[in-house]
Amino acid sequence: MPERVEVRWHGRGGQGTVTAAKVFADACLSGGRYVQAFPEYGPERSGAPLKAYNRISDTELRMHCPVLHPGIVVVADSTLIDSIDVTEGAPENAVFIVNTAKDPFEMRKKLNASANQKVYTIDATRIAIDSFGRPLPNSPLVGTLAKITGIVSLETILEDVKKSFGKKFSQKIIDGNLDAARRGYEEVKEG
Amino acid sequence: MPKIVAVTGNEAVAEALRQVNPDVCAAYPITPQTDIMQRFSSFAANGKVKTEMILVESEHSAMSACVGASAAGGRVITATSSQGLALMWEILWIASGDRLPIVMPLVNRALSAPINIHGDHSDGMGARDCGWIQLWSENAQEAYDNTIQAFRIAEHLDIRLPAMVCMDGFIISHSITRMEYLEDEKVKSFVGEFKTLNPLLDIEKPVSYGPLILTDYYMEYRKAHEHVMSKVPGVVKQVADEFEKMTGRKYGLFETYRLDDAEVGIVVLNSAAGTTKDVIDEYRAKGIKAGLLKPRLFRPFPYAEVGDALKHLKAVCVLDRADAFGGSFGPLFMDIASSLYIQDKKPLMFNRIYGLGGRDYMPDQAEHVLNELVETAKTGKVQSVKEYIGVRE
Repeated sequence: MPERVEVRWHGRGGQGTVTAAKVFADACLSGGRYVQAFPEYGPERSGAPLKAYNRISDTELRMHCPVLHPGIVVVADSTLIDSIDVTEGAPENAVFIVNTAKDPFEMRKKLNASANQKVYTIDATRIAIDSFGRPLPNSPLVGTLAKITGIVSLETILEDVKKSFGKKFSQKIIDGNLDAARRGYEEVKEG
Repeated sequence: MPKIVAVTGNEAVAEALRQVNPDVCAAYPITPQTDIMQRFSSFAANGKVKTEMILVESEHSAMSACVGASAAGGRVITATSSQGLALMWEILWIASGDRLPIVMPLVNRALSAPINIHGDHSDGMGARDCGWIQLWSENAQEAYDNTIQAFRIAEHLDIRLPAMVCMDGFIISHSITRMEYLEDEKVKSFVGEFKTLNPLLDIEKPVSYGPLILTDYYMEYRKAHEHVMSKVPGVVKQVADEFEKMTGRKYGLFETYRLDDAEVGIVVLNSAAGTTKDVIDEYRAKGIKAGLLKPRLFRPFPYAEVGDALKHLKAVCVLDRADAFGGSFGPLFMDIASSLYIQDKKPLMFNRIYGLGGRDYMPDQAEHVLNELVETAKTGKVQSVKEYIGVRE
């Protein structure tokens, strides 16, 4: 793992994007890492575009401002790509993870990603509907992010999903989210 | 073993308050503080603390209830932000004038109008001179640590003054970071049993609070307040030393970062200090001798110590996340200028206003200021004493 991983999440209000950033940060605590997770607070309307951020580092995190050059960009809702430049500030070796049923090569073209940038797709909404009956792509995306970054194991992610959903939801929903995170980890495609 | 967690600043402060387990809490919700008191009332409702929660209809009432409960002889807390603090203003002076050691987290937020819920320091600066102790915090860990230490400082028998613990709204209050929680037992024994002093409820020894004092003694009373304020820095250092022994985390009246051999320096409060430190490291790597001073004890302000720490610099920029309208300069600049006034040799100084209403303080703003500092040190000339940065023209 590089010394510091910076993630920018693009989602819509109500999709669980902020929760996903929180779960990922919590899971990355293991191994003595420093973590940050924070959304960009606006008028929190359901369906409105929002951004959230993660920083994960081996050294103390002192920056208290949005991530400008994310090494990883997670797009929780691919319809955002039509209205927002999700590639803004992404470095030459950035990695994009897009929630879409579309082919990863098609997504690469749509993002106009350069040769050194990587594009991964995961049909997270479909997985979520299959696993717990609601179109909330956050659990599969956390699984995908764990796989792509390699900084945290699937087991740790699953424990954290259990911990963060365990407080509020029934066993059925928790199991569905665990299954969804596992499938997010396993079913990601590279384009 | 301390517990390593990933939590928000608000969550961390609520946890500190749970561990301290005060007698009485009266609070009214206001963004971005609400989250602290929502969590704390859950602790109370679930029996995790024995605190008596008082429901009130405004912040004016919250502080009034705190005054009553504190004078009665209890360990008392509240928390607020922005307009909430503004509405308390009248009673803030009564809490300090009556020497009541109330502890209040202040989640810094801009003042209306226009209405804005985000982080800036206008609220805390407005209560700068009301006789309270103010501790400012860069991140969740510092907010947590300062909250615990605030009880010891406020309740010290030589002090007995109310204390507010400031942290940046949203930037810290709502962001998740890694930090360490102390064990409940350690916090409990560090804070110790609350010592009552002249409690109203002691009917064997009746006392009066808030009597009328006119021209005969009012001035002596105020001088006594100034005198007790002068003892605060010593207590802050003593409490910090004990805290360091327990945790390994070092606190003082202020923090200096790469300042001793620096030629230029930035003075800044709270979260922006963290971002600035990272940029200072980049400039140091380029061979530029830059440093930082971050006040922690802002009231009473340790003028002599701050002046000593800054006097060797060639140029200093004070970054203010509030303006003092009509006062020409930002409030922090005015204190830093006062600190250096008494020094024979002093740096060139300028003031930049940043981040109002939660406008992001980005690394390029720190770079801009450092470049200007280097230029000022080289030419010996200050381009302009006060400007807004990160603002549309």
